[in-house]
Amino acid sequence: MLEVVYIIKLNNRDFPWEEGLTVEKIIEKKSFTFPKIIVKVNGKHIEKEDYATTIINDGDNVQIIHLLAGG
Amino acid sequence: MDITKMKENHKVLAEYKYEPGQIDKGYTNRTLYVNISDNTISSKPVTQMMKEKFVGGKGFGLWYLWNATTPETKWDDPENEIIIAGGPACGITQYAGAGKSLVCSISPLTDIPIDSNVGGFFGPLLKFSGWDALEIQGKSDKDIIVYIDGNKGLVTIEEAPLEAFDAHVLGEQLTEMYADNEADKRNVAVVTAGSGAEHSRFGILNFTFYDPRRKVTRLKQAGRGGIGTVFRNKKLKALVVKFSGVKGNLNNPFDQSIINKTGIKYHKEVHDLDHLQNNMRKIGTANIIEIMDAYDLLPVMNFQYGCHPDTEKIKSTVFIEKYLTQGVQDGCWYGCSMSCAKAADNFLIKTGPYKGHRVTVDGPEYENAAGLGANCAIFDPEHILELNFYCDTYGIDTISFGTATAFAMECYERGIINKEITGGLELNFGNFYASVELLHQMSRGEGFGTVVGQGVHRMKKLFVEKYGADEEFLFDIGMEQKGLEYSEYNPKESLAQQGGYGLTNKGPQHDEAWLIFMDMVNNQIPTFEDKAEALHYFPMFRTWFGLYGFCKLPWNDIVPADNKYTDEPAKVPEHVQNYLDVVYGVTGKKLTVDDMIKESERVYNFQRIFNIRMGKGLRRDDRVPYRSMGPVTKEEYESRQERYDKQLKELIGYDPEGKTTEEKMAVLREYREKQYEKLIDAVYKRRGWNSNGVPTLEHLKYLDMELPELIEVIKDLQ
Repeated sequence: MLEVVYIIKLNNRDFPWEEGLTVEKIIEKKSFTFPKIIVKVNGKHIEKEDYATTIINDGDNVQIIHLLAGG
Repeated sequence: MDITKMKENHKVLAEYKYEPGQIDKGYTNRTLYVNISDNTISSKPVTQMMKEKFVGGKGFGLWYLWNATTPETKWDDPENEIIIAGGPACGITQYAGAGKSLVCSISPLTDIPIDSNVGGFFGPLLKFSGWDALEIQGKSDKDIIVYIDGNKGLVTIEEAPLEAFDAHVLGEQLTEMYADNEADKRNVAVVTAGSGAEHSRFGILNFTFYDPRRKVTRLKQAGRGGIGTVFRNKKLKALVVKFSGVKGNLNNPFDQSIINKTGIKYHKEVHDLDHLQNNMRKIGTANIIEIMDAYDLLPVMNFQYGCHPDTEKIKSTVFIEKYLTQGVQDGCWYGCSMSCAKAADNFLIKTGPYKGHRVTVDGPEYENAAGLGANCAIFDPEHILELNFYCDTYGIDTISFGTATAFAMECYERGIINKEITGGLELNFGNFYASVELLHQMSRGEGFGTVVGQGVHRMKKLFVEKYGADEEFLFDIGMEQKGLEYSEYNPKESLAQQGGYGLTNKGPQHDEAWLIFMDMVNNQIPTFEDKAEALHYFPMFRTWFGLYGFCKLPWNDIVPADNKYTDEPAKVPEHVQNYLDVVYGVTGKKLTVDDMIKESERVYNFQRIFNIRMGKGLRRDDRVPYRSMGPVTKEEYESRQERYDKQLKELIGYDPEGKTTEEKMAVLREYREKQYEKLIDAVYKRRGWNSNGVPTLEHLKYLDMELPELIEVIKDLQ
């Protein structure tokens, strides 16, 4: 039987979705350690204190924009 | 040190008296010309044309350099100049990072103009002494200093036979010599190179400022492109400026209150947000060592890889907790709340002529930790600090040294060079003692250190011609372009940053564009047109800092709390407006963002045409080594096989299953090289250049830069 893979968009690229996925889990999985980031889910800003509780649903559009522009 | 004896041995070769400075809206409206061949000193007027088309800083430097040289001028010809200019905002004390000088010369590495920006007190004190720029031409046959007394209105050229050459000693000696007392040391600024600058092509200039808390003369560096080598070739030992009476309104600005208001707003941001953002006040630019590692961007072993397990040993917190003095105001000019000029105090030196000395090490900057450390697989913080110290005091560019040493190490490990060639040095990756010995050899002018000191471009040629190395392979792994060594970011996975390095005027230095995150991580600039727009806007925007005398770091190393809600957070719109407001306050010029970009474009295109005039600056010169684009060796490919195999499938439609690594590498390479060519096409178009990289006559007209001497260079290349 074929495994069904659910996908979200992360920075306009495909990213696998799983049950219980949160902003915080995406940041962990991607090793996004840089602190100066902007997070939006379906265009809505998510504040840092809400990363752990913001659930990502199948098909969501997530943007995690790093503000780093070198020395 | 017997300062009195040193001073007594000075022989004054020329003396020039002038009326001390009057500044009007940021400009003194004159520049100082010193010829050290015939020992003449004179004043030149700043014309309205210079201000309109070149603004100041780097613009003035390039304009003077153009007029001083011919297409045939080499870096060591007497007519080559060193020009130091601050720009109209340089010297204000209310906004962070406003003490920068820009230094221009023909580079011994690239044979084209180089510009390098630097902090320290020299630029502002030069302006307060009455000069928008200092232009030095000629060559002396004896070691000399040029001394400017801005209060007395006196310039002298003096033989200086007894002083040291190494910067941390010479800076102290001359500060002590020219200051009347301890408090007066803040009023003395020195420019030096170092003993190694003389025996390598990547010599730096050290710009001092006196640190009254530490009671030490600190060093900031104009690091790129070998201007220190030019300096020593001219037999310059030092430049010294002395000016007492610094206060907040010396630029005689158009509207002081706007500058004050903008500065206060900014300082509050730094106070409230730095600890939540980049920690610049604790660690400076080295805050990103572990970040670069986490995103596979830290150059490791000559840019082969982007991370290493031992990066943990040199992460920023190690330097903060064990080495860098905390809680000190570390600005390199008055009023800089960002305060990122960190230092390790009482650091014990373990090798070389200063073994056993306890010194203050300025740094490490990120580039030093990455270049002297990870890129050479050296992961001991004390080794990095010692290399940092010796680079500075010998007058050696940490970036070029790091990248050149990493290249030599890879050649050694691959058997391209051997112990016989290196004079017994075991140049394996990770060998700190071999690396630091290269520096000591550069200082003494002997051994394999002087070969590495020629830079990657010339090492490649030597290894091919003398030792039979494979020319194509060395082109692939030698991280230089136009003769300049790459700075310390691994651009393999960001096409935009490949252009950010490759499509620069002076060579691959990240001060024009740093787009890796926008491109690779954020995916904000997916199309060629998007990348081209970024490779137009950011290089022009960043050029602007160097026209006015600003530091780039306060622009985006901290951002306003609500920056994320703006349309284009990457540009930090509020801070762009701050700069426009401050420049309005200083000069009275009401600029828009478009005006700002156009001001930069004038100078940027001028520099491009200057390159063309000197024989570089065309499409062929914008080629980059393949190591900056993708995996050159099997080991590199296989270390990130999953990533590359996925790209082959998804981007190229090539099934990697059952293929050898060599087959896959060849397909990936063909794809990536074509992508880079397409990027060049898009960027040239956006910049108003033809497909050979030459600015079009229409574009010069649009920029009001139809100067006959420029048209003469490009008219047959249209």
